[in-house]
Amino acid sequence: MAAIFALIQHKNGKADDTVAELCMAARKIDASAAVTAIVMGKASDCDAVAAEAAKYYASVWKVASDAVAYPNAEVLRPMLVKLIPAGSIVLAAFNPFGMDLCPGLSVKMNAAYCADVVGIEAVDGGKLIVNRQEYAGQVYAKMSVDLSGGAVLTVRPGVFAAEDVPQVSGAVADKTADAGAAPSAKRRFLKVVEAEVGDVDITKSDVLVSVGRGIESQENLEIAFELAKTMGADVSCSRPIVDAKWLEKSRQVGTSGQTVKPKVYMAMGISGAFQHLGGLKGNPFIVAVNKNAKAPIFQVAEVGIVGDILEIMPILTEKIAEMKG
Amino acid sequence: MEILVCVKRVPDTAENEIAVGKDGTDIVRDDLVYSVNEWDNYAVEEAIQIRDKVGGSVTVVSVGDDDAEEIVRREMAMGADTGVIMKDAAFEGSDGLGTAKILAKCVSMGKYDLVLTGAMADDGAGQVGGMLAALLDWPYASVVNKVEAGSGKLTVGREIEGGNQEMNEIDLPCVLSIQTGINEPRYVGIRGIRKVASVEIPCHGKDACGLDASAVGAAGAKVKRLAYFVPALGAGAEMIEGSAEEQADKLIELLKAKGGIK
Repeated sequence: MAAIFALIQHKNGKADDTVAELCMAARKIDASAAVTAIVMGKASDCDAVAAEAAKYYASVWKVASDAVAYPNAEVLRPMLVKLIPAGSIVLAAFNPFGMDLCPGLSVKMNAAYCADVVGIEAVDGGKLIVNRQEYAGQVYAKMSVDLSGGAVLTVRPGVFAAEDVPQVSGAVADKTADAGAAPSAKRRFLKVVEAEVGDVDITKSDVLVSVGRGIESQENLEIAFELAKTMGADVSCSRPIVDAKWLEKSRQVGTSGQTVKPKVYMAMGISGAFQHLGGLKGNPFIVAVNKNAKAPIFQVAEVGIVGDILEIMPILTEKIAEMKG
Repeated sequence: MEILVCVKRVPDTAENEIAVGKDGTDIVRDDLVYSVNEWDNYAVEEAIQIRDKVGGSVTVVSVGDDDAEEIVRREMAMGADTGVIMKDAAFEGSDGLGTAKILAKCVSMGKYDLVLTGAMADDGAGQVGGMLAALLDWPYASVVNKVEAGSGKLTVGREIEGGNQEMNEIDLPCVLSIQTGINEPRYVGIRGIRKVASVEIPCHGKDACGLDASAVGAAGAKVKRLAYFVPALGAGAEMIEGSAEEQADKLIELLKAKGGIK
């Protein structure tokens, strides 16, 4: 069985939640595998994150250099190709960094690539059988990944339960010299522009009326705002509403938007893509209304109505207003 | 700037309920509404806007069958200058790498400064752009939500977590995968479609671009889809039935109990 490597992402000297999730995924591929975590960053970050990773991984490789202080995939990729033995299985999170780094990494390692893995079934005759989703999460696909030349897998964050990972006290090895000097990249990181703060801070809202594609037009947003006003709630939304410029980005719930923790979340015409659900924390009471009975949102909602939000929302507004007198 | 945009014809998930076919090898394709992949539409719009600012041309390419012509034509109606289709029986069943290899050949048949793809498509993998860049040895930036053209280079913004944006400088030639929301794709009217209805769209097969059949298609795929399935799901939501009035009444009771009405 091939050696398994996990690429650890970190920020401000703290490992990302996926540090334990990738370890869990590796154990699902092969419970007895030698799994190595790779931590790259400036020296101070590297030491802290490597120590954290060593709680889960028997072996941790650190690459400490100011040249990799910010994770620029174009700089890290050639170093990883140098560092990781051919034929290995490499795991990373399916997020903006994993998406940036991994497709190209698989090409440069001559390895197979499978993105956004949500389930790991078995290794069967040199093939790894994994599950992923297609068509906006409406169906699953069982994939066979040829391991003969190694494989790079990106794993969906939050899927592999981190709490079940047994704690170890791993050894940290300094591999800075083995990774070679950071190459002069044709893409240079400049800066991070922080998200703009909007007029409403949805991260502080207890009740959210959240609208998605089902709202159909900008004019119809008024219907959601009326319902929210009657309920004493705020209006948030999913990505397509921001893409269409109907609402400001600060109202977007999701991994690329805000992380919210309301008590009640009204998902109105939202299909429930995992990127959207990734921004929903604190186990809220989720109400879903959607025309599509197969929408993934119904799998996570407490109560659901298959129907048209443009019909249901005005009735709710009217009845709640009546009730309040 | 000479720009190539890679586009794909996909079932529109906003318009369709996707079901698994009887033997599990495919989804049910009868009555599906197809369109150009939403991300690709933003990529084409971005390419047109760059061209209109700095000059050059926009070519749209799709790896596909005869049906691909319809979406290539649609993107030409948006304002792309030329279209090309990469089509061969040997291309069928390609995995992401196979598709990237075919597109790499298409790139080498022209003289492009910039290649755009959508950040992802119907399979949600977001892989072809990054693979294409690696095959070409060009720099790559994914999930791009801002592009500013400079001399010999671009300034690009990448969408990262929490609504933040990572700014980079990237040398040309390069490959970018474009995120939705970067622009507002223009509307294509029937008149626009009519204008390009008779424009010749060349097709290239494996021989024209010098691809070995064993490197692409099902034969070259390291990753294969064995089956589609719908997992045994949990109980999911408690569904409220009845008329809209009845549904609203029940929902309000629940919302009151859960503190959803203040």
